[in-house]
Amino acid sequence: MNIVVLVKQVPDTEAKIEIKPGTADIVTETITYVVNPYDEYAVEEALRIKEKRGEGEVTVVGMGPDKATEALRTCLAMGGDKAVHLKDDALEGSDAYATALALSKALEGLPYDLILCGKQAVDDDNAAVGIELAELLGVPHVAVVTKIEISDDKTSAVCHREVEGASEVVETPLPAVITAQKGLNEPRYASLKGIMTAKRKPIDTKDAAGLGLSPEQAGQQGSKIKVVSLSSPPARAEGKIVPGEPADAAREVIKLLREEAKVI
Amino acid sequence: MANGVLVFAEQREGKFRKVALEAVSEGKRLADKIGAELSAAVIGSGVENIGGLLGAYGAAKVYVVDDAALDNYAPDGYAKALTRIVKDTEPTILLMGCTSTGRDLGAKMAARLATGLAADCTALDIKDGKLVATRPMYAGKVMAEVTCPDSMPQIATIRPNVFSVEEPDKTKSAEVIKVAAEMSPDELRTRVREVIKAAGGAVDLTEAQIIVSGGRGMGGAEQFKVLEELAAVLGAAVGASRSAVDAGWRDHQFQVGQTGKTVSPVLYIACGISGAIQHLAGMKTSKVIVAVNKDPEAPIFKVADYGIVGDLFEVVPILSEEAKKLLAEQ
Repeated sequence: MNIVVLVKQVPDTEAKIEIKPGTADIVTETITYVVNPYDEYAVEEALRIKEKRGEGEVTVVGMGPDKATEALRTCLAMGGDKAVHLKDDALEGSDAYATALALSKALEGLPYDLILCGKQAVDDDNAAVGIELAELLGVPHVAVVTKIEISDDKTSAVCHREVEGASEVVETPLPAVITAQKGLNEPRYASLKGIMTAKRKPIDTKDAAGLGLSPEQAGQQGSKIKVVSLSSPPARAEGKIVPGEPADAAREVIKLLREEAKVI
Repeated sequence: MANGVLVFAEQREGKFRKVALEAVSEGKRLADKIGAELSAAVIGSGVENIGGLLGAYGAAKVYVVDDAALDNYAPDGYAKALTRIVKDTEPTILLMGCTSTGRDLGAKMAARLATGLAADCTALDIKDGKLVATRPMYAGKVMAEVTCPDSMPQIATIRPNVFSVEEPDKTKSAEVIKVAAEMSPDELRTRVREVIKAAGGAVDLTEAQIIVSGGRGMGGAEQFKVLEELAAVLGAAVGASRSAVDAGWRDHQFQVGQTGKTVSPVLYIACGISGAIQHLAGMKTSKVIVAVNKDPEAPIFKVADYGIVGDLFEVVPILSEEAKKLLAEQ
């Protein structure tokens, strides 16, 4: 069974994000980058499926600048077999559509029974690439999944999809794109052995031309969404610690919620 | 006459979700700004008769696709139905709520129509006839203003509980247009076999107007009872921080924060929650925040409108008692 896992390198969730003045970009120099947490669930699930079936290959595919190689290596160290790195200045600034298009080109040459990825990247928070990729590839998708069972003959899968107030049991034919939600599994840490063997695993690099993308299809040019500007979120008005003994403060707060805030 | 605004008005079990009415209301405001008409799309099973309700919220036309195969949201069926309506009406803007359905359908439509999607928007405006959407990035640490300059429709999903619902005007009515479904079984590749309702979750956190939330300070699953009591008095939902969920005290469905749900209730009461950045990411757009924590230095107090430094097990029962008295007075 061939499983492709899409992986993105993103700023650590602890990172302080600063806007580069006069631009629609953030300051990147001071940030620690990690594998997108939701993609880690996808990598882990691919490895578990491979281990359970006792056969198969896990290919990790990611798009990003040079340093994104680290994220791919980490996934190889977890147990991935090989990686494909979509790397080209021309791909920079890609929105969800342009990213999905580039990935779809990269997957044209790869045999896959299943494509896994995180439900969203924690930098742009779009939650769109996996779904858009499925549409461009002409395969079905199931998004925000907390459980996956693959049929023995790998022609279908049953997933638990998280929706408001419920979990849907969804059946899909394969190949399909399935996006991972927290709770799918607990991702493993790469072992020292894994880290060492990962150094020898192949990472194939592809640029825009190699993917068959024209300049109009790549990066900002190929993007349907343009980021016009970035700003800091509106600051909340200063609040107050209600003084007095906790019991009195509690009574006062209920009064304030009714009379001042008018929310109860 | 400019191409109009189309709103996918999500319904569940024959009733419009609140965010659908928010989207229709906002759609009307945008349509008025560009001097165009507002239409709505209603898709599902047994929904023939609810389309007309949207006239009161400003829709001039409501397109209804009704088919047994569409009773639960699944991408293929809904995308096929909505694409048909989009092709017929050629809207310049397509809006929907940023719900589990909206996130899914919005992205699929964007790829199908080779257009842009602005997801989880907290503000929308028109500049030079084009949609300008404000949306959070980096878990809300940065707000981005985005546009979809060259392709149509400009698709946007709106965050629930942020936009207001217009007072319905019962004198206004919409033209309801039935659109044939034409769904063949092999086109509908994924299938919802079963829906397992979450325990203790009648109201989804993202739709709750009031949320009472517990964190590490709760100390255990049993201890959430005191929050449940306050929630019952206020008609609130109960949420939890990541600490509480990871400790196994509450289900992940109820986690508020970066790797949980993003909520925007009118009132958020945080009990025994320190206020880590990742938690704030999930609730800092709440209208009013109350924090109860033993530690006066807890970061949560920086975002709280009203803070109480004290033992939540002493404070919360008093909040319940006082709230009960107050609400009984009405």
